[in-house]
Amino acid sequence: MTQGDYARVLQHPRFRELTRERSKFATALSIAILAIYLGFILLVAFAKGLLAVKIGDGVTSLGIVLGIGVILAAWLLTGIYVRRANGRFDALTSDLVREIER
Amino acid sequence: MTPRRILLALIACTATTAAAIGGAWAAGAVEGPVARQALNWSAIVMFFVFVLATLGITWRAAMQTRSAADFYAAGGGITGWQNGLAIAGDYMSAASFLGISGLVFATGFDGLIYSIGFLVGWPIVLFLIAERLRNLGKFTFSDVASFRLGETPVRILSATGTLAVVAFYLIAQMVGAGKLIQILFGMEYLYAVVIVGALMIIYVAFGGMKATTWVQIIKACLLLAGASFMAFAVLWQFGFSPEAMFAAAVATHPRGDSIMAPGNLVADPVSAISLGLALMFGTAGLPHILMRFFTVADAKAARKSVFYATGLIAYFYILTFIIGFGAITFLMNDPSYFTVSANGSYNKISGLLGGTNMAAVHLANAVGGSLFLGFISAVAFATILAVVAGLTLAGATAVSHDLYASVIARGKASEQKEVRLSKLSAIVIGIVAIILGYVFENQNVAFMVGLAFAVAASCNFPVLLMSVFWKGTTTRGALIGGFLGLASAVAMVVLSKAVWVQTLGFAKEIFPYDNPALFSMTIAFAGIWLFSKLDASQRARQDQAAFEAQYVRSETGLGAAAAHLH
Repeated sequence: MTQGDYARVLQHPRFRELTRERSKFATALSIAILAIYLGFILLVAFAKGLLAVKIGDGVTSLGIVLGIGVILAAWLLTGIYVRRANGRFDALTSDLVREIER
Repeated sequence: MTPRRILLALIACTATTAAAIGGAWAAGAVEGPVARQALNWSAIVMFFVFVLATLGITWRAAMQTRSAADFYAAGGGITGWQNGLAIAGDYMSAASFLGISGLVFATGFDGLIYSIGFLVGWPIVLFLIAERLRNLGKFTFSDVASFRLGETPVRILSATGTLAVVAFYLIAQMVGAGKLIQILFGMEYLYAVVIVGALMIIYVAFGGMKATTWVQIIKACLLLAGASFMAFAVLWQFGFSPEAMFAAAVATHPRGDSIMAPGNLVADPVSAISLGLALMFGTAGLPHILMRFFTVADAKAARKSVFYATGLIAYFYILTFIIGFGAITFLMNDPSYFTVSANGSYNKISGLLGGTNMAAVHLANAVGGSLFLGFISAVAFATILAVVAGLTLAGATAVSHDLYASVIARGKASEQKEVRLSKLSAIVIGIVAIILGYVFENQNVAFMVGLAFAVAASCNFPVLLMSVFWKGTTTRGALIGGFLGLASAVAMVVLSKAVWVQTLGFAKEIFPYDNPALFSMTIAFAGIWLFSKLDASQRARQDQAAFEAQYVRSETGLGAAAAHLH
């Protein structure tokens, strides 16, 4: 591709749509995982008592449930991203490529 | 000699050495406890089956490996699912299997904090790095960092970052391997280290990325199968009720109910957040992991592979948690797993034979008998081998592709010559690793993995991220910021308690926190920003002008799609 081609892609409405949507989505998800994880670490550091609270009458604590929850959330977030990227973002990208190569 | 002949000769050598060691072990066992003999043999036999299978794969891979793309990136022919398994294989080290289950055995909840830290870097890798890396690079993350920046300085920087991470990680793995094999197989420390080193040289030097990937995949399947069986056996005992398992553990553990809540692992919030950042962003800067994204065909496969890998690693960490609690309930009331004093008492935590890291291994015996113990021991050995092979390949690639082909030969070296040098580097790295493993035998190397993650988070990750996302990044900015991050991470670890007091023997540490990442990452990012801003050179204008073309390619893959398919 030449310099002119790149400029054409940069100006292309599909490209702008793709990058704007994707960067918004990726930023939101990155902030989500950071907040979930740092929130958990801060609870571990400052609210040990809260994490020790029992669920129901058993010995299982809130900390264990939240901890497993963080693990599952990390996977869920990657799933959400991949689903959106393989559908919407890939469709936008292939539209863009088709229009540019025309 | 042709490569095939050398491979044959090396296999013969390894087999002879191993047979000799088997013999030596048998001789030693005459004086040793008879009960352990059978266990060790089943482990050794199963490990040999693994080694033979992987050598067979290496053989086939060596026949198919011709170009540089074959050697470094398995020809781009790995599928998303295979790469997901291989990434998981690279990441699930013996340290995390035995270490985290041992930590859960000793402290309960605190073990979970570690596994969560190791996992949460993966979403970040996916959201920010994976696709862009695949779109911009060829074989290493240096390809990406130097895409528009000055090739020579940025390659030197990222190769230095790579080799530092590889060296620290390798030392930790080699020493761990030697110790572990000593306990599991009854083998001499030095022999164990030599076998690990020799096998990793064979995998990498002959089979390149293809063999290394398949070693990872096989190991990942074996480890997940073994760990699944153990967790299943534990849960079965409790009617698949985690609550019943936790209740039994609380009733058995000397620390009682406190194992269900955070303990003293996280000393202060600054250390906690610093460790968290190192684990989270270090994952996104590990060279042997980043290299894996070049083995798949396109960005779609790259992102799928992260999804699969994250799921597998998450599943694995949940298994280690169950295994740790299972070890509490199955082992703690059975004195045969502990060093028992003359009056019949024993310490239910530190008295565990071989230390708390052996919790999973003893549990294997408790739930599956001696044959399964042999299987788990063999899997642990295979795990170490696979991880060191991945590291060696990353290090060898940094030497041949980044330093030699791009910096020294300035792109004029032939592909054959580059690949030959890479194989040679793998051999040298393997030998150095054996020597380092031997030298560090009696040192406390636990801090080395933390150091590897800190360097990855403070040098590799900031340079990669800023070069891809911030238009203003210049060669000079990346260079100074990256080296500041690297130097500050290493310096702060040296001045921290783990090295300054526990290893060097000074009275009081100078750097008060356990992990430097919070500070060294800030230094790296601030350094890259500041020195890029201050950079008014001709080169800086060139760097910034080239951003748009890079941006288009990193976002869309235009111009990259078939870069190394053939």
